[in-house]
Amino acid sequence: MNPIDTEEDIKTMALAQADVLAGLKEIVEEVAGIPAASVELDKNFTDDLDVDSLSMVEVVVAAEERFGVKIPDESVTDLVTVGDAVNFIVNASK
Amino acid sequence: MSIKVAQVGNSRILSVGTYRPKRDVPNSEIVDRIDSTDEWIVQRTGIESRRFAGDDETVISMAKAACEMALQRAKLTIADIDTVILSTISYPFQAPSAATELINELGNPKAAAFDISAACAGFCYGVAMGSDLVRSGTSKNVLVIGVEKLSDYTDPDDRATAFIFADGAGAVVIGQSDQPRIGQTIWGSDADSRDAITLTPSFLDYKKNPDKGVGELGWPNISQQGQVVFRWAVYSMSKVGLKALESAGVSVDELGAFIPHQANIRIIETMAKEMKIPDSVLIADDIRTNGNTSAASIPLAMDRILEEHPELHGKLALLIGYGAGLVYAGQVVELPPKP
Repeated sequence: MNPIDTEEDIKTMALAQADVLAGLKEIVEEVAGIPAASVELDKNFTDDLDVDSLSMVEVVVAAEERFGVKIPDESVTDLVTVGDAVNFIVNASK
Repeated sequence: MSIKVAQVGNSRILSVGTYRPKRDVPNSEIVDRIDSTDEWIVQRTGIESRRFAGDDETVISMAKAACEMALQRAKLTIADIDTVILSTISYPFQAPSAATELINELGNPKAAAFDISAACAGFCYGVAMGSDLVRSGTSKNVLVIGVEKLSDYTDPDDRATAFIFADGAGAVVIGQSDQPRIGQTIWGSDADSRDAITLTPSFLDYKKNPDKGVGELGWPNISQQGQVVFRWAVYSMSKVGLKALESAGVSVDELGAFIPHQANIRIIETMAKEMKIPDSVLIADDIRTNGNTSAASIPLAMDRILEEHPELHGKLALLIGYGAGLVYAGQVVELPPKP
């Protein structure tokens, strides 16, 4: 695996992260009725956003469809914050 | 030389009967032991209360009561029944089957009778077989029963399951019909996920360790991986439901009711959303005051929705059972006529 060392690579990754965050905001709003503006990287799904473990499954399945990635059952519990989810999706999309 | 067989006919559900245990148990009676709240349980599952069977309410006595109601509504007697299919995971004897004890109790010890073990899909498995047995001419009138005493296999101290499982029985009589009134069953398994819902240890562990008791070895209470089951039920089972509709040549807006296994109101609502079930279709939500009664949940929910909406008699319903195995079965049926 090549380390990311060009400015272009860094920009592409950053863009991807912004896209994923934007998509997740919409998904969380649709699934759990949480305003998209509240969905920030450092927010904890359960404690801050009131997205319980069952709604999390809906978020995950919608994210799979939207971003064309696979998020297996065993990974779902690792997605504690919005940032965790964004990073997982960005990595899975490579 | 050839073998003679009957011509394939048609089948229908003639009636439904149920038994709900006497003791009503609200969330307030459950929450203290598991450090939870009524609000959390309702939000998470939809369950407000459930029925727990007493010592005098057994798998057999509950099944018997449900059968007697179904027979009475179909204007039949047990002598008219030639086949009994009983679905349960909570009959506490290895053999003889619960079905044979039941037919003895009901007063027709000569009927063909057997148990099936298909967990929360058990009732729909039973309907599949009952329908085909009648259509092929093997049987004339079949009693299909779903009955559970899951409180015997639920740990009241388990925060994940204490509030979910409950007790009860439901039965239908399946008989001959002039035209098809039970659609093709879409069924199968996802057995590679069988760890998602388990009851351990095995009973042999008690024999192998005679100096250890239940206290040390544990009791085979139900254990489940909530998120795995939710995901499978919502996304895979909604596809099964759509296939069952397609094979029956019925569109989703032609349904009068959607009666899925009452596992969790969140599963039911999300499944309905996935299948794009319109508001015109009534959705069974018996789980709110009956909990998850596994094989009994669909006939209990069917009876309840017919009681509350009698205009549904004779209308079409989509049934989907899904549960430990993981196994599933779904079919479109015409709801029984008004008794």
